[in-house]
Amino acid sequence: MDTRIILQLLRKEFILELRRKSVIAGLGLYLFSLIFICYLTFNLKENVISPYTWSALFWLTILFSVVNSVAKSFIGEKKGVFIYLYTVASPQQIIISKIIYNILLCWLISIAGYILFSIFIFNPVQDHLIFLSVLLLASIGFSTSLSLISGIASKANNSNVLMAVLSFPVVISILLMAVRATKNALDGLDRAASTDELLNLLAINCIAGALGYILFPYIWRS
Amino acid sequence: MKGWLKISAVLLLVYVHTAGLLMDVPRLNILNETVRALYFHVPMWFGMVLLYLMSVYYAIRYLKNPSHEFDVKSVAYAHVGTAFGILGMITGMLWANYTWGSPWHGDPKQNGAAIALLVYLAYFVLRGSLDNEEQRARLSGVYNIFAFAAMIPLIFIIPRLTSSMHPGSGGNPGFNAYDLDSRMRLVFYPAVIAWFLIGLWIVSLRVRIKKLEEKIIDNE
Repeated sequence: MDTRIILQLLRKEFILELRRKSVIAGLGLYLFSLIFICYLTFNLKENVISPYTWSALFWLTILFSVVNSVAKSFIGEKKGVFIYLYTVASPQQIIISKIIYNILLCWLISIAGYILFSIFIFNPVQDHLIFLSVLLLASIGFSTSLSLISGIASKANNSNVLMAVLSFPVVISILLMAVRATKNALDGLDRAASTDELLNLLAINCIAGALGYILFPYIWRS
Repeated sequence: MKGWLKISAVLLLVYVHTAGLLMDVPRLNILNETVRALYFHVPMWFGMVLLYLMSVYYAIRYLKNPSHEFDVKSVAYAHVGTAFGILGMITGMLWANYTWGSPWHGDPKQNGAAIALLVYLAYFVLRGSLDNEEQRARLSGVYNIFAFAAMIPLIFIIPRLTSSMHPGSGGNPGFNAYDLDSRMRLVFYPAVIAWFLIGLWIVSLRVRIKKLEEKIIDNE
């Protein structure tokens, strides 16, 4: 398979993203508003939340932002773009480029969310290396599974509702693993304690990635 | 489906109901007589997983060779599998009400099963929102395969990683304990086979009804 085309497609994504700054700014604002709502509704100026509530809030915020940002990888694209891509690249190249792009986007969102959480709420993380690798692995998982779901949902009528309905059950296994590994990072446990969760996340990512790679051509054909 | 299979399914179920309710069961702490739920609750999950597996099998066959028949079968299996899942959920909640004290206990197995049902309900929503028949079959087939692969870690792996009060895990009296008891095995295995056969029977009926409906529409 030609990797040059994948790189070209990735370049196209980045150029388009930088050209339409409103989209990325919108995502940033979405994340910020979510975190600010958490701050205000929990009345954090006077109250203190436990680290576990922190982790639940954090992952919910990340989940919603990520679903919204990955959803737009196929939903809302113009028909002409699809037809053009169809002529220049194979479906495998398209899904791989989308997944790589979404991984970077998701990781960026989760790190930005982490920074905002530490500013507005607080930062209970004791083991940063483990936490950052959980963020990376969860981003890979989210983007591999959600890219495929976005492709399915984009063909349907009420694609935005469908995106949420189809994706939440599928990403729950990733989310559960991530929350469990986060708990270890919050408690500052020995790193060996988290290897199981990280390996599980990696395994789920492999399954999702392989399935996306095999199944995407069938979605793309129409 | 062959006639003798149907007859044997009915006979086996008659046997399972009478023997399951009347035969002696081992005395186990906490479980007591509720141990009989094994004959009716566990076969539901076995049946659900097998029926979903068949549904995925036909989804794969559809993607390889797009024929309308495979799609009809895939949906029929998913429908009956979901019905089995809901029955398994209800029987489990009934049992939990008497042994755990409340119908919904937030046990990892309960949560995993609920999420697995959500996946297939989402599958039906997806089918409902696609108009083009060929596209509906293809996209829902893709989702079916993807969702099944995502469901396996939920039902089989995650509950085993956490402590669960469900029989069979974490030192609670469960499946392994029953396996040693040959009396219960005499009822349990026929129950699994009988319920699965009943599931297959319903699927074959649904496929036939669907075919007849299409025939009527074609004639009009």
